Amino acid sequence: MRKIVLASALALAAAAMPGAMPGALAASTAAHPEAIDWSFNGVFGTFDRNQLKRGFQVYKEVCASCHGLHLIAYRNLKDPGGPEFTEAEAKALAAEVEIPILDEAGQPATRKGTLADRFPYQSQPDQKATLKSAYGLMPPDLSLIAKAREGGADYIHALLTGYDHEVPEGVTVPEGGNYNPYFPGGIIAMPKPMSDDQVEYAEAGVPRTVEQYSRDVSAFLMWAAEPKMEARKRIGFGAILFLGILTGLLFLSYRRVWRNVDH
Amino acid sequence: MASGHSTYTPSNGLTRWLDARLPILRFANDNLLSFPTPKNLNYAYTFGAILFYCLVVQIVTGIVLAMHFVPNSALAFNSVEYIMRDVNYGWLLRYIHMNGASFFFIAVYVHIFRGLYYGSYKDPREVLWILGVLIFLVMMATAFLGYTLPWSQMSLWGANVITNLLGALLGTDFTQWLWGGYSVDNPTLQRFFSLHYLLPFVILGISVLHVWALHHVGNNNPTGIDPKGPQDTVPLMPYYTAKYYFVIALFTIAFAAVVFYAPNLFGHVDHYVEADPLKTPAHIAPEWYLGAFYAMLRAMDFNILFLDSKLLGVLTMLGAIAILFIVPWLDTSKVRSARYRPVYWWCFWIFVVNYAILSWAGLQPAGSVLLQTGVDADGAATGFNITHLSQIGTAYYFAFFIIIMPLLGLFETPRALPESIAKAVLAKKGGAAGAPAGAAAAPESRV
Amino acid sequence: MSAQQHDDATRRDFLYVFSGTAAAAGVAVTAWPFIDQMNPSAATQALATTEVDLAPIQPGQQITVMWQGKPTWVRRRTPEEVEQVRAIPNAKLKDPQADQERVQKAEWLVVIGICTHLGCIPNRDNVGQPGGYLCACHGSVYDASGRILSGPAPLNLPVPPYKFVSDTLISIG
Repeated sequence: MRKIVLASALALAAAAMPGAMPGALAASTAAHPEAIDWSFNGVFGTFDRNQLKRGFQVYKEVCASCHGLHLIAYRNLKDPGGPEFTEAEAKALAAEVEIPILDEAGQPATRKGTLADRFPYQSQPDQKATLKSAYGLMPPDLSLIAKAREGGADYIHALLTGYDHEVPEGVTVPEGGNYNPYFPGGIIAMPKPMSDDQVEYAEAGVPRTVEQYSRDVSAFLMWAAEPKMEARKRIGFGAILFLGILTGLLFLSYRRVWRNVDH
Repeated sequence: MASGHSTYTPSNGLTRWLDARLPILRFANDNLLSFPTPKNLNYAYTFGAILFYCLVVQIVTGIVLAMHFVPNSALAFNSVEYIMRDVNYGWLLRYIHMNGASFFFIAVYVHIFRGLYYGSYKDPREVLWILGVLIFLVMMATAFLGYTLPWSQMSLWGANVITNLLGALLGTDFTQWLWGGYSVDNPTLQRFFSLHYLLPFVILGISVLHVWALHHVGNNNPTGIDPKGPQDTVPLMPYYTAKYYFVIALFTIAFAAVVFYAPNLFGHVDHYVEADPLKTPAHIAPEWYLGAFYAMLRAMDFNILFLDSKLLGVLTMLGAIAILFIVPWLDTSKVRSARYRPVYWWCFWIFVVNYAILSWAGLQPAGSVLLQTGVDADGAATGFNITHLSQIGTAYYFAFFIIIMPLLGLFETPRALPESIAKAVLAKKGGAAGAPAGAAAAPESRV
Repeated sequence: MSAQQHDDATRRDFLYVFSGTAAAAGVAVTAWPFIDQMNPSAATQALATTEVDLAPIQPGQQITVMWQGKPTWVRRRTPEEVEQVRAIPNAKLKDPQADQERVQKAEWLVVIGICTHLGCIPNRDNVGQPGGYLCACHGSVYDASGRILSGPAPLNLPVPPYKFVSDTLISIG
């Protein structure tokens, strides 16, 4: 009996420590983002390919004018577990961009992008300078943003749809700032980035609303931050299933080895 | 059980020849196969084996990660993402290594608390305990160094805080020497990488000494009384090896569940933001396993005599580790196991809960108010806050070692100890008391 | 030994063997990521093919491109050079191979510019052979088809896999 009490107490103590997660009490003035029922939630969750494709379109047409995505290469667009564009589509998307190079004479020139190229937005120094002077800071690169903010995709969605709240009393919005209750501190430099009907989805039946755009681009950024998620969950399922069986076998072996010993 | 006499007999000419020259098979046999182990060890006693498994996992994944990681402040962050995205199975190896540190510490905490519960540090196991504390210390250093390598915001500012903390004790010349510059920068990253690669092998070396010391004096056990003969022990192989295989597999399930389904559970979002020397994150927190020490560091917000609060904090934190080294001499009780020490039993479990609370408190923003009693002039809440909680926790942490341990030995009346391990086992089994003694005395040996 | 004891022993041995086999299989599968991580990464593989625009290359001119980390020559041969190399009889060659087998279009020579002797990079040089290559390290001489004519190198310069995407674009690899 004591053994059981002891074992469970030790297990509890061990469980209590990782339970002490950072952020549990984090002093935050931000509103709590709504939890979205993402297709990639849960043990078997996967990305919705069409949603990622739409999200890429939103990123390309809206976000990319200010935000880089430097960890993603065009080849990733065709990788399994991602938007899964065909190779030809990914090549065509890559060819749309001009990659700065030096020509044979050593003069700045450009060439067409290839699958091996990473997203070039925000890479030009003059573009950086423009953004810096416009906003007073560099808009963050979005490659890891879904893992670099509390709330992840929920937070991005809440932030993008959170611009229409009335400014509460006692809050003064400085010039160049915008009120958004989901942003820590409530004042964000980024103005409302999207409006309804701004992005023309080719896919029929998908609403062209800020709500839909926000969902799609949040899902896309989640994939950008964690492109191996589907492989991880798939391999994990097999690994844990196998480990469960192995543990059962090893437990029976252990009991069998000890069957003649009082202990 | 002294490791003096050997049960090994070479079976053929070759092993006889080898045994006369390098008795490595004898050594393996005596320490890994026939080593007499008390037969009443419970699951808490399997964590030594689990820890060895953790060390191997960390070293193996670490070696392969080092093949891809670039220890340069301009490239480190992206090289970690290169591992996560482009290296074959890089995401898996990195997530194993990253979470492996947390699981290593879960196991080491169970192991240490088990030692405190069963009095495993008492005569003749003082050196065994001290070596263990040394391993714990090197583990913390290794984990901290590893935390800096991805060169994220948390890496940079964590390195900043910890090195400045040592600077409080040893001065600016020391920090400049440690940094290789005037701030935490590329030279710091490069040397931290080198040391992060080195220290696990130091741990491995001390672990060998730790096991040597263990096998020289023999295992403690839940009764805390020494085995009195072969009826009290079983050979390590196959009895405990079979148990180890099982618990290691069980441990791996928990480990895999986190690696595959919640790989960033123990992490912090700022670990995915590249280091920026111009901007401190809003809230710096150490990894959970160092939280208790961090809480003790921050608890010291007052000056005592000539010691200012900064120095006091550092001394408190280092003292919290240092005091572990003298635990064998602080505990005056002759009884080892908390099973037979009713008062110590309570003090011990309060200590465990207290440590968990300190660990949690260390991760929270320092001034967070837990119980509001009023507001200050600026309208901010005042009352019982994290710092107060940490101060109480720190006080109990030290009181447990400095006051409770020495005094309990003098005032506590222990319960009656069983005559022997075999008797204790039979008593626990109740009805089994009538079983022929031979069954327990000569467990079937199957090799 | 009774039948029951015998069954018991068999079942026990089976359990141990089965558990051990399962554990060994698990370890073997787990080893794969540790091995595979040393293979070329996705980023490296993405650069495994190199596209070369042929349009700017003039007759007689040669450019060097990097393909899988190796200097690779794309040379636009003049009709005279083609004629010259095709006139060399196979019998004279150390590693006999017809020029026609080494090129897809007579005008375009694509070879890896690494000497098959000890890995130096030969130069275009008329000293050894008009329009050919001379490896300065140990004096191997190649013709305008990259075939070894004399010197210590044993083999012709290797031709990488490539295909004409269009008349003016090839994809190597």
